[in-house]
Amino acid sequence: MIAYKFDYKVANSIEEAFSMLSSAGDAGSFISGGHSLVPAMKLRLAEPETLIDISKIPGMSGVAIEDGFITIGGLVTHAEVASSYIIKESCPGLAECAGVIGDAQVRNKGTIGGNVAHADPGSDYPGALIAFGATICLSSSEGSREIAAENFFTGLFDTAKEQGEIVTAVKVPVASSSAYAKFPNPASRYAVVGVGVALNMENSTCQSIIIGVTGAADHAYRAKESESILNGSELEENNIEKAASAVSESKEMMNDLVASADYRTHLCGVMLKRAIAKAKYRS
Amino acid sequence: MGNLIGKAVKRVEDNRFIKGEGKYTDDFNMKNQTFAMYVRSPHAHAKINNIDISSAEAMDGVVKVFTGKDIAEAGIVGSICGWQVDFKNGDTMKEPGHPILVADKVRHVGDPVALVIAEDKYIARDASELIEVDYDILDAVVDPKAAVHDGAPQVHDDVPNNKIYEWEIGDKESTDTAFENAHHVTSLSFHNQKLVPNAIEPRAALGHYDSNEDKYTLYTTSQNPHLARLIIAAFVLSIPEHKLRVISPDVGGGFGSKIFAYNDECGILWASKQIGRPIKWTADRSEAFITDCHGRDHVTDAKLALDADGKITGLRTKTYAAMGAYLSNFSTCVPSYLHGTLMQGLYTTPAVHVDVTAVVTHTVPVDAYRGAGRPEATYSIERLIETAAKEIGMDPAEFRKKNFIPAFDGVSQPGYQTQVALQYDSGDYEGALNKALEVSDYEGLKSQREEARSKGRLMGIGFSTYIEACGIAPSAVVGSLGARVGLYDAASIRVHPTGKVTIHSGAHSHGQGHETTFAQVVADAFGIGMDDVNVVHGDTENVPFGMGTYGSRSLAVCGSAIMKSVDKVKEKGARIAAHKLECSPDDLEFANGAWTVKGTDKSVGFGDVALTAYVPHDYPEGEEPGLDFASFYDPANFVYPFGTHICVVEIDKETGEVEILKYVAVDDCGNIINPMIVEGQVHGGIAQGVGQALYEGAVYDDSGQLLNGTMLDYTMPRADNFPMFETDHTVTPCPHNPLGVKGIGEAGTIASTPAVVNAVIDALSDYGVKDLQMPLTPQRVWKAMNNNGKL
Amino acid sequence: MSFTINLTVNGVNYNDVIDTRVLLVDYLREKLELTGTHVGCDTSSCGSCTIHLDGKAMKSCTMFAVQADGADITTIEGMCQNGELHPLQEGFKEEHGLQCGFCTPGMIMTAADLLKNNSKPSEEEIRCGLDGNFCRCTGYQNIVKAVQYAADKS
Repeated sequence: MIAYKFDYKVANSIEEAFSMLSSAGDAGSFISGGHSLVPAMKLRLAEPETLIDISKIPGMSGVAIEDGFITIGGLVTHAEVASSYIIKESCPGLAECAGVIGDAQVRNKGTIGGNVAHADPGSDYPGALIAFGATICLSSSEGSREIAAENFFTGLFDTAKEQGEIVTAVKVPVASSSAYAKFPNPASRYAVVGVGVALNMENSTCQSIIIGVTGAADHAYRAKESESILNGSELEENNIEKAASAVSESKEMMNDLVASADYRTHLCGVMLKRAIAKAKYRS
Repeated sequence: MGNLIGKAVKRVEDNRFIKGEGKYTDDFNMKNQTFAMYVRSPHAHAKINNIDISSAEAMDGVVKVFTGKDIAEAGIVGSICGWQVDFKNGDTMKEPGHPILVADKVRHVGDPVALVIAEDKYIARDASELIEVDYDILDAVVDPKAAVHDGAPQVHDDVPNNKIYEWEIGDKESTDTAFENAHHVTSLSFHNQKLVPNAIEPRAALGHYDSNEDKYTLYTTSQNPHLARLIIAAFVLSIPEHKLRVISPDVGGGFGSKIFAYNDECGILWASKQIGRPIKWTADRSEAFITDCHGRDHVTDAKLALDADGKITGLRTKTYAAMGAYLSNFSTCVPSYLHGTLMQGLYTTPAVHVDVTAVVTHTVPVDAYRGAGRPEATYSIERLIETAAKEIGMDPAEFRKKNFIPAFDGVSQPGYQTQVALQYDSGDYEGALNKALEVSDYEGLKSQREEARSKGRLMGIGFSTYIEACGIAPSAVVGSLGARVGLYDAASIRVHPTGKVTIHSGAHSHGQGHETTFAQVVADAFGIGMDDVNVVHGDTENVPFGMGTYGSRSLAVCGSAIMKSVDKVKEKGARIAAHKLECSPDDLEFANGAWTVKGTDKSVGFGDVALTAYVPHDYPEGEEPGLDFASFYDPANFVYPFGTHICVVEIDKETGEVEILKYVAVDDCGNIINPMIVEGQVHGGIAQGVGQALYEGAVYDDSGQLLNGTMLDYTMPRADNFPMFETDHTVTPCPHNPLGVKGIGEAGTIASTPAVVNAVIDALSDYGVKDLQMPLTPQRVWKAMNNNGKL
Repeated sequence: MSFTINLTVNGVNYNDVIDTRVLLVDYLREKLELTGTHVGCDTSSCGSCTIHLDGKAMKSCTMFAVQADGADITTIEGMCQNGELHPLQEGFKEEHGLQCGFCTPGMIMTAADLLKNNSKPSEEEIRCGLDGNFCRCTGYQNIVKAVQYAADKS
């Protein structure tokens, strides 16, 4: 497994990264952990002519909490998210999600920024980030902007990120009653279906619930129909069942060797129920 | 000293492996070496119109590009089939050619069309992309049963209806009668699916031709270097055998897939002479998926006849067995002699008939994979047994006991002659079952199952009572059945002047722990320490012509050759000792590392005798110096390990996922030399069999593309798929070999697949599910639960 | 296209000009001749190539060597300290945690990281922690026991 030839540059600042990319043109690509890009390059499915390593740029690592928002630098690895005290306390569902990505070695290298930028349909983060109301922070030579995760994932390996933008951080509001449930592909451990749930319960009533689904369709989505069934309810079993049968919405479900569309639809419901149960327990 | 046999001696070979100092083929390099890459067909069936290698050849750093034309011009035929199984009507088996590089027509995805050799592997990879092959894509056939239909795409012009042979064993007439008179008939139809071996070390070769000595050297990933040398030298490349040295160093797992002398390795060796430089080739995993021989791929209809009393009166199977696109070395004997002859299992079934049609398809060649034919037979039998027990409402353990062959030791009682040619050596099948029932607390399990079910949980218990045939032999018999090789093994024992010992073993160790087990046997025999013995294997220049390691044969066959050499050392040693003690050899007994005159304290030690043999100053007249013997051992019969495995599963009702709650294995492999190693073999075997039951299976589309040809798509068991297995054993020694040993390498794989499937079907009994196609993926199980048992 | 890297492997500093597309595993195996790190797949699945990079277990087949510029790497060859086996190496031998030995270095490196983060893992934590490593020989049982042995020892 040998990649095409490429030029390798290390950016020591974000500005330098942008200028390197502008010199490289369309054939340039940023790399951080490389756990999406390197496998694709080895298989010659990706052939950037210039790799610009952004992993050494200061200021994109670390997890901080301020004013009810957790800020996770784009270079933070899945293992760091999974083990972060801040995240475990303030958004346990996200730590839970990061802890089931790939395997231990992958989690030690893969980064949240690279993961969301790659937008693999079976990736875990997108479902969780949508559910937890995350914001994706982007920077380019043109400036910075923020997009709600809900609007970020737009298609198969496609996002609202423009060429030349870097995912510098992901901001997640504190959501203590959050959870993620996943049915992994038994071979690859990607999500066949992954469902994130952020819950706000008051006096046994669901004041609000946000549901994000990944793995099921060509990109992660927010399951608003199910949310509306559950909002204002006491999460009784029949409501959860109704929400579970609605969670695939009218999306076109993926169909592969592991799960046909109907089985996937069913799994969406099962994972929703499991995520709700966990989130409720945490509320 | 002594008493090492039966002890869990820690493995000698581990010292290098745990430090990363094992030496596998890809770890070797030669001066001035080049790197090779095969260009392979992306199509399952296509005519080659043209291959343009000009751009690749022109690339800087490319040494040479070979195509099928070069191979054809060199007159090289490609690897051979080592077992002739003829049609039941007497027609000769069809043997289509298998070129090293294909010139005219590709027959499976992965069929090689060019070989690029370059200064480094990066250039080889880049150049391989510049080779342009113009294909006319043709229809393909991947289903073994569909392949024989008129009008099905033909894999080879000289194999009509894709049939390699039609074979049968057993008595058709009496079996027909048994079914006509049956009180109850149990029927199942299934695909024993195609499996990809996936030894973690990919195949590799480092070939070199030394023009000064006119001699070839091949480092390669082989389970049997001598067999590889014989096939490559005598049949494929026409090299004088003494001019080829095959070295199979540490090998990272085989499971059958590294028995075979593949065309790829032959091509590397041949090309190394053409270019006059060493060539290294190491397969990628993606390449391994489409070139390592696969296993199983049997489409089977199986039926069991019962009388009113629950006695089995007949068994009949019809199997379409895929060979893949070409005949690999031992592909033909797997569905016939290794499968059909085992079909009586360990039951008294009085009438058995097995019919096998071997066919070619546009898929990766199929050959022996851990168990080789015996898992397929055992799956058929044990699924029928469990299904029949359910259908007639009898407890599956009781049903088995009612039909078991009674215990026999093969010494005071004769071996058991089956209806399908085999004579079992010794067995106590009910003994193993009883022990498994006890170890698993079967009665307790049944109550747990009741309780679980009353709470709506899907718990199931599955049995597998298996017998297998290992150490396939004797040579004369297998020869009469079409084998083109002998099936003995060889070992020499060299006692050094200081009394230290080197064993040269024909068997090859690639995980089995020979360096430990063989040393235990010999150290005990001579009353010396483990440290005083070492084992050499894997180099045709250094070990006698043994047949290598497969079919759970190493200890039973090569171990017996070792014991023959031990006896020769002891006999000669006794003559030397007798001379030193001034007595007759008959007056001596050997114990604790010394020859002692019976009834006295006069003795001479093993080391003294060894030194005397090499410094023969005071020495028996006419006796040759030295203490060094080689022996060949051709067994009198197969060995027949057996046992009972019990699997307990629970199904997640919501997702269809199967969890193994408990797994009990009681195996009988005769005498046990190293229980730790035996247990390890059982664990690994179980995991691989569970892999087939729950996870694994090559999936082809109609055009012949392998849809799950990477480890991201082809599911293999991981650590978190299993509970701790509970293993135990009974001991029924083999009556016909010196150590009384049978074989344990494949037992777990043979036993576990049906045990797991039986457990899952049991768990699904409330859903009316009678059978499910393996692998029992969550999706299949869920669909069965939610669609009245149908997929 | 080449690039100069400077890194430490098993305590030894290396400065090499390498082709950018050389994978870290190939650099270790071919340039440094540290062949204890193995390649068993091409999809980041099997874990045979696991090494420690700045103290964390990673798959060296899923990194270009240039990405390891400046890193401190430990391979299986660096696990013995002053001639003493690492408790995991000892555990794999004592518990028969290996057969063919090919996956073993990767297993040991993954398990070492696991134990660093969780010195007394449960059986389930060990099994899940080894999700990124395939073994085809052992059925994993004795690998789990080997990790337990090392955990008990330290």
